[in-house]
Amino acid sequence: MCNTCGCNVTDGNRHLLTPAPKTPVLGHNPARILNGLLEHNDRQAALNRARLDSHGVLTINLMSSPGSGKTALLEATIRQLDGRLRLAVIEGDLETENDADRIRALGIPAHQITTGTACHLDAHLVQGALDQLDLSRLDVLFIENVGNLVCPASFDLGHHRNVTLLSVTEGDDKPAKYPVMFRAADLMLVTKTDLLPYLTEFSPERAEGCLRKLATRSPVIELSAKTGDGMEDWLGWLSREVETYRLLREARKTLVPRVQSEGRTLHASTGPEIVFKPVGFSSPAV
Amino acid sequence: MHELSLCQNLIDQLTALVRQHGAMAVSRVEVQAGPLSGVEPQLLETAFLLAREGTVADTAELVIESPPSRVECADCGAGCVVPTNDLTCTRCGSTDTTLVSGHELILARVELIGDESLFPS
Repeated sequence: MCNTCGCNVTDGNRHLLTPAPKTPVLGHNPARILNGLLEHNDRQAALNRARLDSHGVLTINLMSSPGSGKTALLEATIRQLDGRLRLAVIEGDLETENDADRIRALGIPAHQITTGTACHLDAHLVQGALDQLDLSRLDVLFIENVGNLVCPASFDLGHHRNVTLLSVTEGDDKPAKYPVMFRAADLMLVTKTDLLPYLTEFSPERAEGCLRKLATRSPVIELSAKTGDGMEDWLGWLSREVETYRLLREARKTLVPRVQSEGRTLHASTGPEIVFKPVGFSSPAV
Repeated sequence: MHELSLCQNLIDQLTALVRQHGAMAVSRVEVQAGPLSGVEPQLLETAFLLAREGTVADTAELVIESPPSRVECADCGAGCVVPTNDLTCTRCGSTDTTLVSGHELILARVELIGDESLFPS
């Protein structure tokens, strides 16, 4: 995956590459060892979520392959909502401000994160972006993740819902090929459906069938941001989530993406077994 | 996912464990990385070879266990091992299943090389 291109180093985990501490880590809990990287991210994600919750900003993480229509979906969403919800967008790309410029052109605040070579956003990158936005004036924040069907699925950003896009030009078996990503989806959007007449090999039913095999009940909506078909269903889902989130906030609760809550219980561990071997048991190591 | 970063972190933690237990080095590390954890065992192994150089785990062996994807069926109650991209119940065909393993990312066991006097009795 990503370790071949160096894209795994971000502001969030760079410190892990620095030399080990010179003093013993007293009271260290071995149970947390291999989860350390994600826990570091998860701690920041929890802070981000608390911050968003304090302002009541429903935050949606959009993930997909590059070019599947995330920005076009946001443009169409902004146009159709026409000010009914106060929106902002965090854009994640390796380079350029192009996507943020497209959003700003519609009068919506946008912050562009350029990740350089990193293939995903993490909670620390998003924290920096939140500093640039006036959260007190927002109802919904969209985070357009880096186009990638692998790494973004593993990082909690502090958001409330994952939406995964699958464009009809990509092939209907993507959920079977990238199960970790599509299992993370709280909603799957089949996009660019205006092209379906030219792509008879793509079957939305097969795509949904592949998703169902991942043991998820997440809804599937087919839409075309270009023609507007299906946009009503998407906006309906969005307004229901806004309402659900509002009610949860009133009860002092929050929303977390389905897989994040599930992952926490699965990752729980009682810690490694530690075994001693005498010196010389194997070839000297130091 | 991000195997090199994970290994760098693993080495940091092994270094801390060695110091904490007064050991000299690490001879063996056992990790569980399920197929739905987002970690590729082969890449983790390669990354570990790079990350361990010049550390307390310089000659340590990394053993990766990949627990199979297992689900429990809400309809028929069966527990079954399933392919990573098809979590349907193999007994009744229901898709109403819950993943119970295959998502793990856990350090299971560490063997340390140390002075015999430091052994736990």
